Amino acid sequence: MAPPGNRRPGYSRRAQYGTFFGYVVAVIGAGLGVLLLVVSTGNASAFAGLRATADDAVAPVGRASAATRSTTRSTFEVIAGYFTFGARTARLEKEVAEARVRLAEAQALRDENARLKALLGIMESEPRPVAVARLISSTSTSTRRYATLGAGANQGVAVGMPLRSQLGLVGRVLEVGSGTARVLLITDSESVVPVRRASDGVPAFATGNADGSLQIKLINLGLNPLKIGDALVTSGAGGLYRPNVAVAVVSRLTRDGAIARPLSDPGSTDFVAVDPLWDQAPAPDTAPPAPPR
Amino acid sequence: MPAPLPRQLQQFGRPRINRAPSPILATAAPWVLVMLGSLAPLLPLIASAPVVPPFGFLLLVGWQQLRPGLFPVWAGLPLGLFDDLFSGQPFGSAVLLWSVTMIALDVIEARFPWRGFWLNWLVSAGIIAAYLVIGLLLANLGGGSAPLMVLVPQLLVSVLFYPLAARLVGLFDRFRLIPLRPV
Repeated sequence: MAPPGNRRPGYSRRAQYGTFFGYVVAVIGAGLGVLLLVVSTGNASAFAGLRATADDAVAPVGRASAATRSTTRSTFEVIAGYFTFGARTARLEKEVAEARVRLAEAQALRDENARLKALLGIMESEPRPVAVARLISSTSTSTRRYATLGAGANQGVAVGMPLRSQLGLVGRVLEVGSGTARVLLITDSESVVPVRRASDGVPAFATGNADGSLQIKLINLGLNPLKIGDALVTSGAGGLYRPNVAVAVVSRLTRDGAIARPLSDPGSTDFVAVDPLWDQAPAPDTAPPAPPR
Repeated sequence: MPAPLPRQLQQFGRPRINRAPSPILATAAPWVLVMLGSLAPLLPLIASAPVVPPFGFLLLVGWQQLRPGLFPVWAGLPLGLFDDLFSGQPFGSAVLLWSVTMIALDVIEARFPWRGFWLNWLVSAGIIAAYLVIGLLLANLGGGSAPLMVLVPQLLVSVLFYPLAARLVGLFDRFRLIPLRPV
């Protein structure tokens, strides 16, 4: 049906003005949206404070739902466990027998390592995590991959700190509120992680694909040396991520790199650890300026 | 689309003679429902791909199609601002898209005043597809570089979820109009 020629609600001036200003404000709203977009795309942290406050406000709900997440998952696992009990026990017993042998070997290696390190005088230790918390929400409706961490400035979390689960790298902190922090996951298309192949150190970059996989881009051009099943760890280049944290496993080869599956699925990890900043500043290659005379 | 209420709710507010709906509940319920939908990122799910339909947007479209004129035309501005706080899109994307959607739905309402369920579904499928694609483009403008194919599962889920959202809106519409206030 063709729309009526005029949309006047009646003879009441008040009602007419009300309709008119309604449309005016709606168009202003769209214009304001464009303005906000220009500001926020120009400066990604423009509304960080606002977002952090909002995240802090709804954090209790997120904590409760994060706790539900782990409970639900464990319920399903318990049910599934009944069906696979016998086969799993047999397999685990075999693995334990093998692992005992490996453990003895590892103990010997560790002793030798300690002895050699003592000879060289190297002090090396794993950093203590700044905080251990749950991921309480993620932007599951958007194509960007952010998550909210249930710890913030009050727990000592600061911008740039890397996050890892017990399986591997999860992401890094982008914005910090008082009780929550916004995290850029490694599967986001803006995240770039310098990695190397764990076995021989072929250097590459891991960029998110926004669909849960990582795109591995080799730095050296030429023959693609990657193979399916290769494990990739952080290389520490660029100084943002500490070296030798597991990142991903190659699942499919492409012409100039590979598609890899992240090792730490943030959906199935319960707690993540926030590591302190790893700022190994590059050694200055220029001499310090001469003191003024 | 009236959905039958559960029995306990039917007894709630039973004395109906000389009663009118509570104006606070009748006004606030639609806004609250859409804002609850915007809190979808708090679901117990850490997604590694966009899979969850934009609930807030679906509920807004549902309200606008069940009760045209219930929300003022400018409702996209405040509701979009709230959605932007949580969605992870660049700030302002929902303000723009929700405002434009409200104006577009108003035009559609003027042109097709007698719509059935299937036309509603068709219209909202088109609107949802446009919303997701433009949202992806805006997110890419803000620094991402996600391919269009990433959206396919989310688009399917969202379009299939729309009847459920409309049903939920119908349920809330009955709830908000329960006569509670004695006149």
